[in-house]
Amino acid sequence: MKLRALVGGVVAVVLAVIAGLAFGAASLSPGGVAVELLNLLPGVHLRSGLDPRQVAIVTQLRLPRVVLAMLVGAVLSLAGGAYQGVFRNPLADPYLLGVAAGAGLGVTAFITLRHAGALPPETPVAAFAGAIVAVALTYLLGGRDRSPAALILAGVAVSAFLAAAQTYLLQRNVDDLRAVYSWLLGRLATAGWHDTLLLLPYAMISGIVILLLRRDLDVLTVGDEEAASLGSHPQRSRYILLAAASLGTAAAVSVSGLIGFVGVIVPHTVRLLAGYSYRAILPLSMLYGAAFMVLADLVGRTVASPAEIPIGVVTAFFGAPFFVLVLRSTTRTAAT
Amino acid sequence: MRKRTALGLAIALVLSGCGGQQATPSAPTAQESYAAGGLTLAKRPEKIVSLSPTATETLFAIGAGTQVVAVDDQSNYPAEAPRTDLSGFKPNAEAIAAKQPDLVIIANDIDKIKDQLTTLKIPVYLAAAAKELPEAYRQFTDLGALTGHRKEAEALALKTKDDIGKLVAGVPRHPRTKYYYELDPTLYTVTSKTFVGSLFALFGLNNVADPADADGAKGGYPQLGPEALIDANPDMVFLADSKCCKQSLATVKARPGWAAVAAVRNGQVIALDDDVASRWGPRIVDLVRTIADAVNKVPA
Repeated sequence: MKLRALVGGVVAVVLAVIAGLAFGAASLSPGGVAVELLNLLPGVHLRSGLDPRQVAIVTQLRLPRVVLAMLVGAVLSLAGGAYQGVFRNPLADPYLLGVAAGAGLGVTAFITLRHAGALPPETPVAAFAGAIVAVALTYLLGGRDRSPAALILAGVAVSAFLAAAQTYLLQRNVDDLRAVYSWLLGRLATAGWHDTLLLLPYAMISGIVILLLRRDLDVLTVGDEEAASLGSHPQRSRYILLAAASLGTAAAVSVSGLIGFVGVIVPHTVRLLAGYSYRAILPLSMLYGAAFMVLADLVGRTVASPAEIPIGVVTAFFGAPFFVLVLRSTTRTAAT
Repeated sequence: MRKRTALGLAIALVLSGCGGQQATPSAPTAQESYAAGGLTLAKRPEKIVSLSPTATETLFAIGAGTQVVAVDDQSNYPAEAPRTDLSGFKPNAEAIAAKQPDLVIIANDIDKIKDQLTTLKIPVYLAAAAKELPEAYRQFTDLGALTGHRKEAEALALKTKDDIGKLVAGVPRHPRTKYYYELDPTLYTVTSKTFVGSLFALFGLNNVADPADADGAKGGYPQLGPEALIDANPDMVFLADSKCCKQSLATVKARPGWAAVAAVRNGQVIALDDDVASRWGPRIVDLVRTIADAVNKVPA
């Protein structure tokens, strides 16, 4: 079962990457694209039949974008899985808990204060600061009695408060409205290697920490007292996992904007395929999340060509109905 | 700038000299009425509030600048315009009324501001964003009629039309030349159906964004994908985000994949003044001249 899910995940990533590289707004011959990708390897010089502009489209737009989509998808799915474990709430995702709204406010404040058209290199710092404040607030307000409902409500309140602050800032800086707005909807559009490299270190730290602690998440599901009797430190693991998941989410959000529902769809799909152990859910979520995001981005950049649909719209379009299904099935389980 | 003030002052002196003989110089006479766009004013407005940067430019260009008491926070031209913190995007009826205006000019009827001010018995003229040149000229003459500068306004409209006609006629046709007009670095752009797009259409240039909003559902302001844009390979790039977002040939060239685009290779990336490019006032001639100069440099 788990092996099949693993093989399925690897196949999904490979197919998504091939599709993501082969298709786009510009119609290029798949053979030519393949040859140009081989040309990136040291010592390979083959003739692809593509002109320099088309080569630039493949190597400087599509390839970094597919890689960025993989990273963002993996990070958000992993963070979503970790949040669900920490909060013992199947509906927790970075968006619902206010982390993304916090990061959004951080970036909005940063853009409006700097009046910078492009995203400055320090953007992840601003996003991270906002994210940490938001998750801390949510946890303080709703986490102490450990009821999922209180937590979601705290997240809603924190998100609404931060969104109001963000709207206020935007209202006062109308010039930056369009830049912030298109950032908010989720954008892999102006990718390039710059954004990918920006995300990579944060994604790696976050991924390694969460994967190292994945056993602790399983222990947390049995409750704090049992966890302590098993020799683990539930409160400490919880805080480390939260910090790592927030770091990853904040970094992803800062380069890609607010992309919702990925963090909830993917871990739940994986749960259906591979059971309820976080040891399996977390690594598999990274694979399926990467594949899902590459495909969502492919839809976003081809369906309305030459315009693009913001990726946040695509993920929410598929994610929202799925979210409702999950909600229905979990309430049914709770009722029985 | 100083010259313009002096000229405006001279015109004002001449006008007041003409009316000096009358007992009540501001009362409407048979020759002089203050009406346009369904709005009739009892007397010449002397305390105008302009919440439209375009209208502000027009008012000063037709010699009505001395009648303006306050302009909005975006009205940065001409420099002598009495800029305040009033906003045209978030208009505040009470703050506007506090200036005791006898005419308010707005570009957008946001938050029912026109109704709010009308309730306070303040006349409002809506000079909405022009969609094509004749509309812009009509706003010149409307503002002239409302403020008692009919002749100057008609002269301005004629001269603008004439200047643009000459600039367009002086440039050879390039029926296959494609351009891209950038509103911001996230690739928001305009189609030929917008006002600024219509100026480029005068030169017979093709807009790479037209297929992105063929049905006009996006109001002529679509956002393009980077891959589609590079694939379209525009011959000219016009940057209306040179001030707001500090874009230039150098920054455009540094974007991934852009170095191979024809406009970048040939150095045909033209930085526009964001303000001039987003308004439909007297300075459209400057914009059209910039376009004409750029088109003249396109190899035949």
